[in-house]
Amino acid sequence: MVKEIEKAGFPVVIMANLIPVAKTVGANKMVPTISIPYPLGDPATSTEEQWKLRYHRVGIALEALKTDVKEQTVFKVKF
Amino acid sequence: MKKAILYVNQFFGQVGGEDKADFEPEMREGLVGPAMELDKQLQNAEVTHTIICGDNFMGSNEEEAVKRIMDFLEGKEFDIFFAGPAFQAGRYGNACGVIAKAVHAKYGVPIISSMHIENPGVEMFKQDMVIFPGGKSAAAMRKDIKKMAAYGDKLLAGEQTGTAEEEGYYVRGIRHQVWLESKKPAADRVVEMLIKKLNGEEFQTELPIPKLDRVEIAAPLKDLSKAKIALVTTSGIVPVANPDRIQSASATRWGKYSVEGMDRLEGGVFKTIHAGFDPAAADADPNVCVPLDALRVYEKEGVIGKVDEHFYTTVGTGTTQGEAARMANEIVEHLKAAGVDGVIMTST
Repeated sequence: MVKEIEKAGFPVVIMANLIPVAKTVGANKMVPTISIPYPLGDPATSTEEQWKLRYHRVGIALEALKTDVKEQTVFKVKF
Repeated sequence: MKKAILYVNQFFGQVGGEDKADFEPEMREGLVGPAMELDKQLQNAEVTHTIICGDNFMGSNEEEAVKRIMDFLEGKEFDIFFAGPAFQAGRYGNACGVIAKAVHAKYGVPIISSMHIENPGVEMFKQDMVIFPGGKSAAAMRKDIKKMAAYGDKLLAGEQTGTAEEEGYYVRGIRHQVWLESKKPAADRVVEMLIKKLNGEEFQTELPIPKLDRVEIAAPLKDLSKAKIALVTTSGIVPVANPDRIQSASATRWGKYSVEGMDRLEGGVFKTIHAGFDPAAADADPNVCVPLDALRVYEKEGVIGKVDEHFYTTVGTGTTQGEAARMANEIVEHLKAAGVDGVIMTST
């Protein structure tokens, strides 16, 4: 899906847990998430911690949308 | 008798379904699940152990999972390693590839798996290992195992093996030096090919170059603070009544749902219908899959111009690449009509 959206000319970033899979299918901008059932907030942690992680990683995804890259790029997250 | 070990996931290891996908690796003596069929089919080795690991555990803790399995194998005698068959299950395909590759690197034994052609594990690992084309679902179990076992028997017996095409597994892209019976030198062969090409006739190259299906990277957003951003997801988040009846697996339908006036996606209003993972966390807080709450704050802070009035959703498990491409193209029309500038896609 990500490839078709990009083909249509939209800058697109995929947030996914299995980055190797995203790479193989041809995503160009990738931000890692923490798991499959809860990509952006581990229910075993506090609400604040989940929020902090989600806000941070969505921020990285937004940065990715305005970043000019020449090849497939996995954007680094801090937490 | 030579010895074989098989790797399977939690489902085929008979531990449980998605609720057990975090199952930590275990090695059991003897035959569990598909190991029985493999042992039956395999003539030149017996299956001595079955390794079981949850797909999510492998996906999210790859290093740890590989380390533990390598510890189990320490001191064990085996001559060949099998993984799967993984059918069309993407996470399982990934797990089979990761572990087989690691086992081969350390022990140098042959590694064999089987996956459906649309399993992303094929693209990821076919250059590292022998993967036979397999069925879409467990209905093909016997047939898929038969192919794995037959090739394994050949290797164990030390028989001469043919090319990937002749043996029937996915081409690894490994170039072998061969003596042609015709003894025709390369210079003659290449000129023959060239003449055929010039005459517009069919010819077969001896060095196929693998084609990578890549998309040109879209131009980045110039001004994020004026951009309209849409959320697209394959995590199956829908209004609780699932009004468009999107399928829980192998989806052919997608939905577009309003988020106007919402600061977040509330549990109880939205839920996931994705059959490929334990829904508890996503049902309790759908924002862990579709982070509307965080995007809204970026909108309020003026980091982005606007959040799209809708989010777009389908289910990514068992969904064919063809269907996914079609749905994406349909969604693209809506994104264009809504004046969307950039897309965040979340997948599980």
